[in-house]
Parts: sequence; structure tokens; C-alpha cells
Amino acid sequence: MDIQLTDEQRQVRDLCREFSEQELRPNARRWDEEHHFPREAVRKLGEMGLMGVAVPPEWGGAGMDTVAYAIAMEEISRGCAGTGVIMSVSNSLYCDPVLKFGTDEQRREFLTPFASGDKLGCFALTEPMSGSDAAEMRTLAVAHGDEYVLSGTKNFITNGPQADVVLVFAMTDRARGHKGITAFLVPAETKGFTRAKPDQKVGIRASGSCSIFFEDCAVPKRCRLGQEGEGFKIAMSTLDGGRIGIAAQALGIARAAYEEAVAYAKERKAFGKPIATFQAIQFMVADMATEIDAARLLTWRAATLKDKGVRFSAEAAMAKLYASEMAERVTSKGIQVHGGYGYTKEFDAERHWRDSRITEIYEGTSEIQRIVISSALLKD
Amino acid sequence: MDFELTDVEAQVVTMARALGREVVAPVARDGDRTGRFPEEVVRALASAGFLAVNVPEALGGAGAGPVAYALAMTEIAAADCAVAVTMGVTNMVGELIARYGTPEQAERCCPRLASGEWLAGAFALSEPGAGSDPAAMTTRATRRGGGWVLNGQKQWITSGDRAGVLVVWARDDPGAGTKGITAFLVEAGTPGLVVGRHEEKMGIRASSTVSLSFEECELPDSAVLGRVGEGFRIAMWALDGGRIGIGAQGTGAIRAALEASLRYARDRKAFGHAIGEFQAIGFMLADMKTDHDASRLLTLRAAELKGRGLAFTREASMAKLFASEAAQRAVSKAVQIHGGYGYTDEFPVERYFRDARVQTIYEGTSEVQRLVIARDVLR
Repeated sequence: MDIQLTDEQRQVRDLCREFSEQELRPNARRWDEEHHFPREAVRKLGEMGLMGVAVPPEWGGAGMDTVAYAIAMEEISRGCAGTGVIMSVSNSLYCDPVLKFGTDEQRREFLTPFASGDKLGCFALTEPMSGSDAAEMRTLAVAHGDEYVLSGTKNFITNGPQADVVLVFAMTDRARGHKGITAFLVPAETKGFTRAKPDQKVGIRASGSCSIFFEDCAVPKRCRLGQEGEGFKIAMSTLDGGRIGIAAQALGIARAAYEEAVAYAKERKAFGKPIATFQAIQFMVADMATEIDAARLLTWRAATLKDKGVRFSAEAAMAKLYASEMAERVTSKGIQVHGGYGYTKEFDAERHWRDSRITEIYEGTSEIQRIVISSALLKD
Repeated sequence: MDFELTDVEAQVVTMARALGREVVAPVARDGDRTGRFPEEVVRALASAGFLAVNVPEALGGAGAGPVAYALAMTEIAAADCAVAVTMGVTNMVGELIARYGTPEQAERCCPRLASGEWLAGAFALSEPGAGSDPAAMTTRATRRGGGWVLNGQKQWITSGDRAGVLVVWARDDPGAGTKGITAFLVEAGTPGLVVGRHEEKMGIRASSTVSLSFEECELPDSAVLGRVGEGFRIAMWALDGGRIGIGAQGTGAIRAALEASLRYARDRKAFGHAIGEFQAIGFMLADMKTDHDASRLLTLRAAELKGRGLAFTREASMAKLFASEAAQRAVSKAVQIHGGYGYTDEFPVERYFRDARVQTIYEGTSEVQRLVIARDVLR
């Protein structure tokens, strides 16, 4: 048992913390208010290797481990949760599957420019009528000569409004259910690909999401990722890793709420004393700190398992479930500590609370995580 | 960073799990019903080295470190929390004497505690009127001749009637606050040490809890543990380690509750299905498992820091707070999953439910843990 950070992990933490403090935190409130996509910050993340943290340098990434990725995600999300999810989609949901399932030719075209941050990818699984139950998808891909022709609609696609390439899942054989799903890499300039206006969201408003449409959208066969029918497996294994990213994002959001609550509690006076001297406030802060640490350990544990190449689905689900629900509790307490001010835009507490809410929904709702965990338990 | 256990740690788990299954668990129900102290189980723990896991080998201990200790505690607690608390206090006392005792004290006490020659150690800090606030203690230590005389009452003393040696805290200087407290080693049979009533407890009934009184109890100067006036600091250090132990107990309690619930959820049918197939039950199991893993990780994290010689006060409090409260949730869910049967002694979960309740109270209530954590983070 060794829970100490390596030198490299420590360096990543310090580097990301500094970047977050200087470039993200001062702007996060404005980006939230204006629904502004932080193009410049994303470009810098790319330069720092943070859009492909675990991608080997030969494919444009930083070549670090998943623990380093989780640390980076926490620190970036601590500054701006919207920027955090832009980063996590690039790392977990786009670069990771292209690295794992792509051919070298595909990696050259679809990975290197994305891991280095020159281009942006996204992951399109969810549809208007199929979220948690991905096997119910309606989007079709029909083989036609050297091409596949895609038709259908995908929903809530994070990075969708800005993406250069979409990793999309479509049915190539409906009769085979989830075994009839295939993954494709579709460049956004492909004819027949269009996108709707960005969604108006409760939080993580610096990131964009939208519906995307495929209408007789023909892509060459070299755009197929993995084999026909392998799409569901690709999606599920990708989401296992994604859950580590979202757990780390939730951690970062919770930490922002917690650190600001601590600072406020020391300054704000009531009944003649700083409110930090009252047990009512102290106990909230103690619970926030404890739950954040529990979530971080669950997250890092899942990350180390991923790096060892052993199964980590249940562990990633536990990390994501606990961290996301923890973040909602902690950010709510953050508002409570701030009192009336916490309900206004004068402080960031309200934004953290709004930002936290999505972490219980995307990349598998809390309910899906509990299904993953209980299935693993009952199977053993 | 690597959450895998070392070979030694993994061996301790294997040993402790076998001991828990074969020796501890089979008599747990009987111990609960009769409230009888399980002497033969304690001797088996001693043979396995589990009464002094983190005491140096030179003093008869296993010298296996705090992480191994937490792992062993978890396994024994999963078998029976009453035995775990008995084991925990003896370990705490042995460690304390190894750390703060003179060579003579350590060489006399530690091997006897480790081997089971003394069935237990006891830790006498709480008083009828001073629990969370030990500095309010009124037990007095007065200088007489070249030694000391103790007078006062102690309360909730685990193994107080079974212990070969008790660490007793008393006030040597009434005006000096926390600096006026000294720890003493009092051996069983010392004149003036009087064992009072046995508490009738709702859980961990096979552990012995007594009150003690000290009536003109004369001690030589060599009975002082550490330095005069250092007692409060010694108690706090011991409690930090003790909290890792309770974190481990909570983790063990959750595991026992989860394993019993899993068995039942697979067997029991309702509406034509095993009840584990219903989300209502499956989601409870998922939450128990997540709480278990978080408790375990927080506990092992604190133990790992302790093993490295780093500060671990805050982390130990977090582990204790989280695991003990998570245990309440888990044992309650276990009763719920068992339905009516869970409320009877046909299944062990009602015992788990009662046994776990004390974990948010002893070795610092949840409220004290939150104070410790908050003071640290708001500093």
C-alpha cells in the first residue's frame, strides 16, 4: 500500500493548480454567465499536454498515467468545471478509445492533432430517446460500397458545437441489439453532418453541448473504429475511463466550494465572532473535507487499476457515484456557509452547486452506476 | 501510488480472515447472548500475533506496521466487533507502552500483552463526568513519599477487569489544564484499584466494560508512563491510532453486513425473483459497497501515513468519522434487506446493527472527530 504521489504526479498537480488559479478561476464566472467557450484556455491546455494526458508522446499526448490525469482534471475543474469537462471529453471519451481501438493510420489522422489540442473531438452515444439504455439507439449506419451511410440524431453532445471530429455510435445490424452497434469517426465537414444550436444548460456553461444530425452522411470505411458490432464494447470500456474523469471533475468542483467556504467562514462575523468558530459551520466544513478525501481515494484507486490493465468498471462506478453525489452535498453546504450571499452571483458558491449537478447525470447517471456496482456484487 | 497490499499485508489478511471465520465468528452469537468474555478467542488472537500487531518484534509484537494492524482489525471486526474492540484496546496499550515506556516498562508489559499472558490491556481515560473533554478529569495523582497516590473514578473501561495492565490518566496539577495530566501504568491486583460494575450494553456484549475506582491507590514513581505532565499528549497520540482501529472496525462491520445481505438477496425470492434482482435492493447493496470501499481507503490512508511517521491526526479522524457513520447506514440497510427476519436473531444482522452503534461514540464521538478535522482545516 502506497498512497503517496510520485514526483511526476506532484508536478502535474502544481502546474495545473497554477494554471487554474491564473487562467481559469478569474474568468470562470464570466464564461458561465456568457455561455462562453474558452477557446484560448483550451489551446493552452493543449500546449500543456492536457488534452491527451495519457496518450503516448508519439501520438501527441503527454504520456502520463491515469492518476496524473485524475489529478489534472481535479485541478482544472477546481478553476472552471466547464473547462474540466471539455478536457475530460477530449481525454477520456475521444483520445482514449481512438488510441485503444484505432489503427496506426487512424491514430495519425484522428488522434495526434487531438491529443496535442490542435483539434477537438467529441463522443456521440446518447440520443433523444436513448440515454441510459444505449442499446436502444436509432441511428443507423448502412454499408454501401466503400462507405457507410449514417442517419440519425444524437443528443447532449459535449464539445459538439466545436468538435472537428465526432466519435459516433450507430447500428449496423439492428437485429443483433447492442452487438449490432459500430463506432465511426466522422469529420465535421462531412456532407450530411449538421449541428443544432448549443443547449442552454444549468451549469458547466463554459462547455458547449448540442444535438447533432446525420442525414445520408457518407463516410469512407477507414472511418470505422474497431470492427463492425464492436461499438457497444468500445463505448462501455470508454465510459469506464470517462467515469474516472467525471469523478475527478466532481472532486474539483467540490474542492472549489469547500475552499471558498473555508475562506468565507474565517472572514465573516456573526454574534461578534468569525462564523468559523461556531460548531454549526465547523461541522459542515469537517464533513466537506472528509467526503472530498473519500472521493479522491476512490478516484485514485480506480485510476491505478486502469493503469494496471485490470478490470476497473465497478471501481470507476463507485468513484463516479460517490464523487458526484458528494459534490452536490458539498456545493450545497458551500452555499449554506455563505448564507444569502451564497444565493447571489457575488460569490461562486452558486455556480459550483449548478456545475455539480450534471456530474450525477452524464457518463452514466447515479442509477446506472448503482446498477454496475450491484451487478458486479451479485455476480461474484 | 499503488493501492495493492504488500505481501506481508496480504498474508495478514489471509491469516486474520481464516481466524475470523474459524475461531471468532462461530462463537459470536453466543458471546452476544451471554455477555461472556471470550477468553479462548483472545488466546487464539495472541497466538496469531494479533494482540500486538504494531509492537516491535523485540518486544514480542508482530512488528507488522499500522496498515497490517488496520487490515487485521477489519477482518476480526467482520467476524465479531466485540472481539475486535477487545483486541483494539490491547494493541493500543501495547503500542503506547512500546512508544512512551521506559525499557523496563516496555520489556515487562509488551511481551505479556502480546503473548496473551495478560489477556488484555486497558485504557482508563474517561470518567463519569469527563468523556469528550478529558481535560475535565478529576482523578487525582498526588505525590507521596517517592511515589504517587491515585484517587478517583474511571468509566467505560474496556477490559478493565481483564487487563494485566491499565494505563490510567490522572491529574497531577489541578491548575495546569491539559499540562497537569500524567499517565500511569497500573497492574492488575494493585491495592486500591477497585473494579466496579459491569455495564449492560446493547451491543459488543462479549467485550467487558467496567467502571473503576482508585482508592488511595499507591504507585511507585516507576509507574509514570512518559513524563509527568505529558499525559494528555500521550492520550491524544494513542487515540489517533485508536481511531484508525475504529475506522477498521467500521469497515469490517460494513463488510459483514454486506456479505450477509448479499447471501440473503441471492436466496430470498419475492414476486418470482431473487430480491437482489430488484433495484430497490441492488441499489442498497451498491451504496453499502461504495461506503465500504471509501471507509477502507480512508482507514488505510491514515494507517499508511502513521507507518511513514507523518502527521495523521486529521486523516485518522476522517477515517473514524466516515467509517463509523457509514457502518450505521450499512447495518441498518442489512436489517432492511432481511425484512422481518432481520429483526430477529435468526440472522446475524440484528447483532451487527447493535454492535456497530457504539462506533460513532467511543474513542471520540463523531462530534469530537468533526472538531478535530475542523480545527485542522480552519487553522
